[in-house]
Amino acid sequence: MDTDDALALRLAHDLDGTFEALVLAHQDRLYTIAHRFLGNGHDAEEVTQDALVRAYGAIAGYDGDRIRALQLRPWLATIVLNLCRNRLARSHGAPGALSLDRESPDGATLPEPAADPATSPAAVVDRREARRRWAALVVQLPPAYRAPVVLRHVDGLSYPELAIALDRPEGTVKAQVHRGLALLRTAFEASERLEREEMTA
Amino acid sequence: MTTPSMDDRTIESALADLTLSAPSHLAVDVLVDVGLADRYAMIESPIGPLYVAWNARGVSTVGLARDDAAFESEHRERTGRTAVRAAALPPALGARIARRIAGDRRPDIRVDLRGRSEFEQAVLRKAAEIPHGEVRPYGWIAAEIGRPKAVRAVGTALGHNPVPLIVPCHRVVRTDGTIGQYSLGGPDNKRTILAAEGLDPDDFERRARAGEHYTGSRTTHIVCNPTCRHARRVMDKHRVWFRSLDAAADAGYRPCKICRPASGATVVAISA
Repeated sequence: MDTDDALALRLAHDLDGTFEALVLAHQDRLYTIAHRFLGNGHDAEEVTQDALVRAYGAIAGYDGDRIRALQLRPWLATIVLNLCRNRLARSHGAPGALSLDRESPDGATLPEPAADPATSPAAVVDRREARRRWAALVVQLPPAYRAPVVLRHVDGLSYPELAIALDRPEGTVKAQVHRGLALLRTAFEASERLEREEMTA
Repeated sequence: MTTPSMDDRTIESALADLTLSAPSHLAVDVLVDVGLADRYAMIESPIGPLYVAWNARGVSTVGLARDDAAFESEHRERTGRTAVRAAALPPALGARIARRIAGDRRPDIRVDLRGRSEFEQAVLRKAAEIPHGEVRPYGWIAAEIGRPKAVRAVGTALGHNPVPLIVPCHRVVRTDGTIGQYSLGGPDNKRTILAAEGLDPDDFERRARAGEHYTGSRTTHIVCNPTCRHARRVMDKHRVWFRSLDAAADAGYRPCKICRPASGATVVAISA
């Protein structure tokens, strides 16, 4: 938060000299939001690029006070989510179908390298499999729950930030996050059952 | 066997592990898209391969360099921006530049002149109006942009033209009728490019030395810059040469409305 406030101050003072710092500070999280919402790296990449270019255009049109008051984390999340929703609307809203096994090679990189000697190759494989599985479950959530769950638990926004990003009361977004987690649990348990049945069949 | 029950904490930590890194090229793509970084590649030209850099606002640099590293550091020095090597120009841009160099003025090529003063931009815009295969003196530009005394500043502005060939500063010559200096590798390159456009630089300089600075037609009584496309259509038996526009005016000739030679009239030819 503090670094974002400082970034907003610098943007108000010198947009062109500061914008690269904004891109570097936010590109991973915006790409993550788009990827987890849309379910594939190609669309996520285009949407993230578009969102950052639009952010530049928007800031260029704002006066200094408005730039200084920007809460960059929720503000940028709103831009990327709006573009994600537009893209879903254009592709007839069926993201789940193209979600499985579509982590791009770039996107599949684990944030922490598996350099820890305690981490066995089997554990790395398990973790990759868990990520693939949870990503698939998230992308099959209804969009109304997917966005709050991704912003709260993948991106790590606070509830006040979430309320800004989704432009809804805090109580509403809290309820949506809880409902989204409940749906995820049900979906996970259903997939476990399915797997077991397949193994015993 | 029973399904292990999933508590919220477990789900939350699984979700927190879903973060990703953006593809490594994404930041540069964004910066190029907003004009805060450039891409560059090579094009062919009458003087050999040239470096061309561009971003979303237009072509920012045309230049010569020893190698990629030298080009990148000179580009950064001048613009403050990073230049990233691309395999080739975007096909549409490459085609427009090739057509422009071949003499077709129609293709619209946006240029990024950020950092240039109003005066410099006016000089470059005016130079861009000079047709393929024609030349005008520095004083002509100065007069046309309403700064008739700023001839030397015009020369300096053209010397710092960041996009030679696209803005054809090679078509601006010294007021005494010599071809003059060229920022893109020196005066020999200027002559080569003009020759590729069908103008004979040796012949042009020979005429200037002989005092033939303006040319007119006895049938129309119109006087032109010697390379004006209308002047070149005049038949030799009707052609007349003038040392100065005053001499032409005394003989009853009016300036051509296309090449507007009156604009350079305040500067007297200094060839002794």
